[in-house]
Amino acid sequence: MIEFCMPSLGADMEAGTLREWLVKPGDTVKRGDIIAVVETQKGLIDIEVFDEGTIDQLVVKEEEKVPVGTLMALIASTKEAVVKPEQPEVKTAEKIIPVSLTTTVKASPLARRVAAEKGVDLADIKGTGEGGAITKEDVEKAAAAQKEPVKEEQPTMAAEGIRMAVAAAMSKSNREIPHYYLETKVDMTLPLAWLSEANKKRTVKQRLLPVVLLVKAVAKALADVPDLNAYWDNGLQRKDVINIGFAISLRTGGVMIPAIHLADKKTLDELMASLNDMIPRARAMKLRSSELSDSTITITSLGEGNVETVYGVIYPPQVALVGFGSIIEQPWAEQGMLGVRPILTVTLAADHRATDGATGSRFLVAFNEHLQKPDML
Amino acid sequence: MKITYREALKQAIREALQNDERVFLMGEDVGRYGGAFAVSKGLLQEFGPGRIMDVPLSESGFVGAGIGAALGGMRPVVEVMTVNFSLLAMDQLVNNAATLLHMSGGQLNVPVVIRMSCGTGRQLAAQHSHSWEPLYAHIPGLIVLSAGTHEDARGMLHTALQCPDPVIIFEYTAMLNLEADLPADAGAVNIDRACVRKEGKDISIITYGAGVYKALDAAKELTAAGIDAEVIDLRVLRPLDNISILDSVRKTHRVLVVEEAWGSVNIAAEVSARIMENVFYELDAGVQRLCGIEVPMPYPKHLEDASLPQIEDIIKKVKKMLQHD
Amino acid sequence: MTEQAIKQTVFQLLKKIAPDTAPETLQPDDDIRHTLEIDSFDALQFVVALNENYGIEIPEEDYGKIITLRSLINYIKEKLV
Repeated sequence: MIEFCMPSLGADMEAGTLREWLVKPGDTVKRGDIIAVVETQKGLIDIEVFDEGTIDQLVVKEEEKVPVGTLMALIASTKEAVVKPEQPEVKTAEKIIPVSLTTTVKASPLARRVAAEKGVDLADIKGTGEGGAITKEDVEKAAAAQKEPVKEEQPTMAAEGIRMAVAAAMSKSNREIPHYYLETKVDMTLPLAWLSEANKKRTVKQRLLPVVLLVKAVAKALADVPDLNAYWDNGLQRKDVINIGFAISLRTGGVMIPAIHLADKKTLDELMASLNDMIPRARAMKLRSSELSDSTITITSLGEGNVETVYGVIYPPQVALVGFGSIIEQPWAEQGMLGVRPILTVTLAADHRATDGATGSRFLVAFNEHLQKPDML
Repeated sequence: MKITYREALKQAIREALQNDERVFLMGEDVGRYGGAFAVSKGLLQEFGPGRIMDVPLSESGFVGAGIGAALGGMRPVVEVMTVNFSLLAMDQLVNNAATLLHMSGGQLNVPVVIRMSCGTGRQLAAQHSHSWEPLYAHIPGLIVLSAGTHEDARGMLHTALQCPDPVIIFEYTAMLNLEADLPADAGAVNIDRACVRKEGKDISIITYGAGVYKALDAAKELTAAGIDAEVIDLRVLRPLDNISILDSVRKTHRVLVVEEAWGSVNIAAEVSARIMENVFYELDAGVQRLCGIEVPMPYPKHLEDASLPQIEDIIKKVKKMLQHD
Repeated sequence: MTEQAIKQTVFQLLKKIAPDTAPETLQPDDDIRHTLEIDSFDALQFVVALNENYGIEIPEEDYGKIITLRSLINYIKEKLV
């Protein structure tokens, strides 16, 4: 039996609230199917399953808040025999946090019914009944208190949640990760010229933005310098897939960092399609679980009209973050000649526990080499 | 007009004798002695030995005779002096009265009415004071009534005599001298519904028999504490009136069942189970019970009192359920 | 197509792409992207939306001609003739 647990959707996530099951016992699922919607500080997240099989049992009930790692469902595998050998290792890894939140709330049956009808969380109510039990009256008072502000606060609550999530992750990063920074300037003349030609052959809808060249060049440079495509977890742990987290700022404040899966394997058009798909969903806070948890490195790109340099803070447990400023015309000296060129300032923030400046430098040089050969990207 | 519970019972019997030639009263000391509790005093003189019959001290014998008379077309009212003695007639009641309709394939009704004194009275101790309504309420084929008020003491007999099946009426020794207002035209009452003796919205006190007036007195005092209790008199212990019970729970969401019978496997347990089965999600607190302490009834007055739920106990329990102090 | 109608459509499209902005407060000579804080991704979405709505292809080299509200409206008017 495969155990489907509350996934960690980022280093800052401790618990999630199951809002909805999209499957029921007996349903067959395959890798990539969205089977649940979980609410985290980052909003409502579609949760995918990574196994094939039949849903055997839904353990966690809708509206229940459980810690990361809590068993949510049991899935009967269609390939039980194949799964078994690798199971022991996986299991112990997943079962690290068997924290039980099942301390029962003491509430009368009527209070429970009324709470369910009014959408009041019993966990938030202090009971005044016998032995501290929650009574109908307690629920009604709580519902009345909740009623007015609820509507207005909802959007700001989400924004607030994201703000707090970012705050927690970034504080942890700055507290624990000894950052080192490298910076270099890249002449964008050739890549932009190539892009302009490439876009002429494309319809408006197919047009590429400069950022896809940057993403692809980062992916290729990571293949050359794999130590930056890694996690730090009591030691450097290289990742064998390159999933690039792409920071998307929200208009209401805060950032979402969905992963572009297997970025090194995607063509430029596929990368652009990924962005077209992800960015609006990120802004609507409708991302999938794997997109929020799988990144192996992060890119932050300020884009046109912004400042020229950004120094990032690493998103743990990743070990590197690449920052792109806005492409700006600047004086550029080359072969004894001075010219005006579109210049991109690239920075690298890296974890000094995991790598040293030499590694970072090799990465930025490799990045530029790939970028200057856009037809190879 | 104020009359005693005893007088209400007597009026009911006299009326029944007057109204129907087939009705007669039989039991130990009901004639010459006027009844162990003087309920039938004077009836022998009024109706004669043909209709007011003293019987030998054999419960099995005279209850069996009553059942036979009922089968033969009469409408006997059989008095069993106290519920304790009725155990001797249990075989007749269970194996004959309650069963014959079934055994005869529906051909033989047994329209007998058995009256029994029940509960404590005048320190009658462990062989004359028990509350064994639950024993009879357990048996299909019987209709079991509990006359917890003067109104029912006056009105239940008439309706029971119209019933084609065996009816047991429990009367309460402790209430015989109790006076209450009864309208001059008081008469027949139904024998299929529980009765809301006092309406309230905060808690349902469900009781019967000697518990009814206690619960009403407690409810009166609770009003002063700001608690509006509803008092339900079950009246009919078999078959229980689910509708009245459940309706009350839906209104008050809290229940205390008060009963003089021993707590284990009693009517209160049955009521509680039915509430859980039917209206669990209406409950705002667990159903509570106040029942008789599980000892043979003690002789000393203070121990007798202590072994039964009293008005103060009800008040205390209700306050604890609602105000937790 | 009147200038007013084009303006309304432009506002609608901008509102769809950047829901939490107020395009109707744009002055004729405001830089649209700068004023509404529209990034390059959303800018491309806007060009795509104009394409879908009016059937006009705006080549990248013309991006400089659609910076302000006034210039954008004029550009669309010309293309539609």
